[in-house]
Amino acid sequence: MRKVYHRIIQIAGIVITVEADDVAYGDLAEVTTSRGTSLAQVIRLQDSKVFLQVFAGSRGISTNDQVRFLGHPMRVSSSENLLGRIFTGSGRPRDHRPMLEDQLVEIGGPSVNPARRIVPKNMIRTGIPMIDVFNTLVESQKLPIFSVAGEPYNQLLARIAMQAEVDVIILGGMGLKHDDYLFFRNTLDEHGALSRSVMFVHTASDPVVECLLVPDMCLAVAEKYALDGKRVLVLLTDMTNFADAMKEIAITMEQIPSNRGYPGDLYSQLASRYEKAVDFEGAGSITILAVTTMPGDDVTHPIPDNTGYITEGQFYLRNGRIEPFGSLSRLKQQVNSDTRSDHRTIMDTMIRFYADYKETLEKQSMGFQMSSWDDKLLKYGELFETRMMDLSVNIPLEEALDLGWKTMKECFDRTESGIKTDLLNQYWPKD
Amino acid sequence: MQDANTGKIVGVNGNMLTVEFDTSVTQNEVAYALLGEHRLKSEVIRVRGNRADLQVFEDTRGLKVGDRVEFTGQLLSVELGPGLLTQVYDGLQNPLNDLAEKSGFFLQRGVYLPALNYERKWSFTPLAKVGDRISGGDWLGWVPEGIFKHYIMAPFGLGGAWEVVKAAPAGDYLISDVMFQLKNEKGELRDVTMVQQWPVKIAINAYREKLLPEETLITQMRSIDTFFPVAVGGTFCTPGPFGAGKTVLQHALSQFAEADIVIIAACGERAGEVVEILREFPHLSDPRTGKTLMDRSIIICNTSSMPVAAREASVYTAVTLAEYYREMGLKCLLLADSTSRWAQALREMSGRLEEIPGEEAFPAYLESLIAGFYERAGLVRLNNGETGSVTIGGSVSPAGGNFEEPVTQSTLKVVGAFLGLSRERSDARRYPAIHPLDSWSKYLSVAAPEKLDFARNLLRRGNEVNQMMKVIGEEGTHINDFVIYLKSEFLDYVYLQQNTFDKVDGACSKERQIYVFDKVSAILRAKFDFDDKDQAHRYFLELRQMFIDWNYAEFESEEFNRLEQAVDEKLKEHTHA
Ligand SMILES: Nc1ncnc2c1ncn2[C@@H]1O[C@H](COP(=O)(O)OP(=O)(O)OP(=O)(O)O)[C@@H](O)[C@H]1O
Ligand SMILES: [Mg+2]
Repeated sequence: MRKVYHRIIQIAGIVITVEADDVAYGDLAEVTTSRGTSLAQVIRLQDSKVFLQVFAGSRGISTNDQVRFLGHPMRVSSSENLLGRIFTGSGRPRDHRPMLEDQLVEIGGPSVNPARRIVPKNMIRTGIPMIDVFNTLVESQKLPIFSVAGEPYNQLLARIAMQAEVDVIILGGMGLKHDDYLFFRNTLDEHGALSRSVMFVHTASDPVVECLLVPDMCLAVAEKYALDGKRVLVLLTDMTNFADAMKEIAITMEQIPSNRGYPGDLYSQLASRYEKAVDFEGAGSITILAVTTMPGDDVTHPIPDNTGYITEGQFYLRNGRIEPFGSLSRLKQQVNSDTRSDHRTIMDTMIRFYADYKETLEKQSMGFQMSSWDDKLLKYGELFETRMMDLSVNIPLEEALDLGWKTMKECFDRTESGIKTDLLNQYWPKD
Repeated sequence: MQDANTGKIVGVNGNMLTVEFDTSVTQNEVAYALLGEHRLKSEVIRVRGNRADLQVFEDTRGLKVGDRVEFTGQLLSVELGPGLLTQVYDGLQNPLNDLAEKSGFFLQRGVYLPALNYERKWSFTPLAKVGDRISGGDWLGWVPEGIFKHYIMAPFGLGGAWEVVKAAPAGDYLISDVMFQLKNEKGELRDVTMVQQWPVKIAINAYREKLLPEETLITQMRSIDTFFPVAVGGTFCTPGPFGAGKTVLQHALSQFAEADIVIIAACGERAGEVVEILREFPHLSDPRTGKTLMDRSIIICNTSSMPVAAREASVYTAVTLAEYYREMGLKCLLLADSTSRWAQALREMSGRLEEIPGEEAFPAYLESLIAGFYERAGLVRLNNGETGSVTIGGSVSPAGGNFEEPVTQSTLKVVGAFLGLSRERSDARRYPAIHPLDSWSKYLSVAAPEKLDFARNLLRRGNEVNQMMKVIGEEGTHINDFVIYLKSEFLDYVYLQQNTFDKVDGACSKERQIYVFDKVSAILRAKFDFDDKDQAHRYFLELRQMFIDWNYAEFESEEFNRLEQAVDEKLKEHTHA
């Protein structure tokens, strides 16, 4: 039995301090108060002082409460028994079923040796032209949906998850609304996917530290499954709450903030999670789709900004549509050369025309005279929006490409397309 | 001995340890924290009284107060010798392929392997003989490393005058074999092997003088070589918001730049991007040598989820390796992606040290560290009269894409060329997204100055017309102005833009650039007469189309000539004779 300490010498924010020896950095302790028991983690050692971050917060802790060190860092069960189960951020069951303690793995484990990574090669088909044609999603990609409150980002996340061919879905909810939690659960259930899903859910009313644990819990489990050969899709919503939890904790710990109150290691913290996305040679893979709601719809805000620097592209979800500008899948070129020979060209050309259309719209709104070229663009833009951008469109990639040629043909002459002649000969629709 | 250099942990805060010691420690010396059978590499970064603060290059989980720390007395160093090329190292020069063999998928902490192969034999040819007087950096012999003569050099730190007293004959040797014995005036003897250690944070300065970088480093990227050139031995930076194309640009440079040695420092960025290089380079051939690109490359890979302190070290490791090959008279190109991540690593550590923060919480000494890093670039004349160079290109990832931030600003003060990538251009898929109006370079272009000035001026005026058209509309714009705008767009599309991923267009040789730029210049200068703007617009679209096809044709091929003729024909349509 490990030693129990009864003298808490300092309580500040969510951090308590005890005097103890033989305690390892990163280890867990159990803090027992009159209100119950909470886990706490060693976040600093200084001489004989041990600083502990209490998961449930420090409210109600008294100086003579009991602290018992567990002798190991945070762990999570990684067995198959997790499938179909729902947990809190610290791994307690949310579904009134038993606690799971088999095949425990440490969370936040070491990173994959870059020399053992492979170049991703499998397209994930979603049936959404804005994704499949223009910003192809790739197995083992890490990709956030940049959006704002009120947009149907959770619906989009769920739709992609249901359509993607993966073995396991792991949902990490951070500051998730109860309704959204139910939405995910019901969607998974309706599609018969609940039994191949695991959920770690932190809701807005749960302690803030548990919010921080969610991605690590999800990814530790995902890693284990992937090593066992499973293709795992991890959904994280909303990473903005995760970052805000970090900020809150950093401020209570009096760390010097770097940018708008966020800690200087925001980038490294986010990266260490997102970089868990991987394709293991000879085993499975982890793909991460996350939601990042942009405070003030501002992409230069530190959270989306740092995220964009880490992830392999992003989807902008605005007005219920995936925006062609700014949205980007950086891995698309790994797969879109093997789909169809016109894929890349359609992708580039249609976006360029759509950009020109936007400019024309601007001119039109300022009351300028429209040239015949402008008229073509106006026609094109509207067709593009209904045929490609509307999220209700659900067609396979090949059909979408054909539709692309058809649309361009309806609007432009072949010489105006800027497309290499040999491709035009092959694909430009004949009369 | 044992007691003299050990200490005891008294504090752990993230990756910072506070260690109490009894005797003495040296600032920046390497120490190992002992965790069970693991030895966690660390570096002394501050000393106060009998306590030292150490940054640990590993996860510190599991360390306890009272755990032992061994000081080595050595500054953080790299091993220099034959066999560095083709290697993939982490920020501390751990060979990642060997680590993978030993530990599998994951990077296990506390596992360090030799950077060089101590079992392989190299075929050695001596240059120095007994009786020769030598000093640090002198070429004593060489071994073939791929296509290069890898010179075995007198240790760079060799002070004073030395004489060769023993020399090994030609033959096959291990890098640890003693090849020479040197003696100085005081009669001290020193053995020289093929390997030497050098502390990464100190520049190798075994050369006669630093020269002014004048020669253009051909990158085969039109907008760089023609508009914003880089010099051999110069420095440049590529700041840009996320997704603007910094990494794609660096990868293109690493493939196509006409350097002998390319060192890629993947510093705190995505692991996946390095993997692309690792998997591709061994298969891509270098047209200038016929060997693979890997044969001229070294990759330093300390990606964003790898330990932050090692990230800080990684750029120094990289530049030290570059300096080493420079000492052999080679042209080395160091590409660091991204220097902002290095700066952030400094910021994290500064925060833990509770130093007084500067702007955006970066340490106050950020600027001098950045300057010091770029200062390690240069064209040098070696002691033997040969020249060698280190060219440094760093990408910068400014917060919010706003260049008014400490890392970008500090970098701009010291580099010779600024290739600013813009969100506006990358959103419009105008790649490379180097902004043609904001960027600048102090180095020499491959194009003739008057043509360049004309083109630059046209870009500026085209932009003005475009801005004006947004206010007064196309119909209010005079056709002459409109044609200027069309010309500037033409220049952008057919010359500034370049398809990095195309086999032909991706790499545009110096000769081709000069040739094509002449043609473009002629078009920019030509006087056209059009009936109306629609006609002008259509004409330039068609011309652009033909020109792009031309760009995709192999230089001086039949196809190339045929397409050129077509362009010439097209030109006659609306120009005055
Ligand atoms: N020259 C180019 N040609 C075609 N596409 C490009 C080019 N440059 C960039 N892109 C596109 O933009 C994406 C992002 O480019 P890149 O990874 O180089 O951005 P970055 O500036 O390094 O971003 P970050 O700061 O986030 O690392 C690429 O995946 C590619 O899709
Ligand atoms: Mg990049």
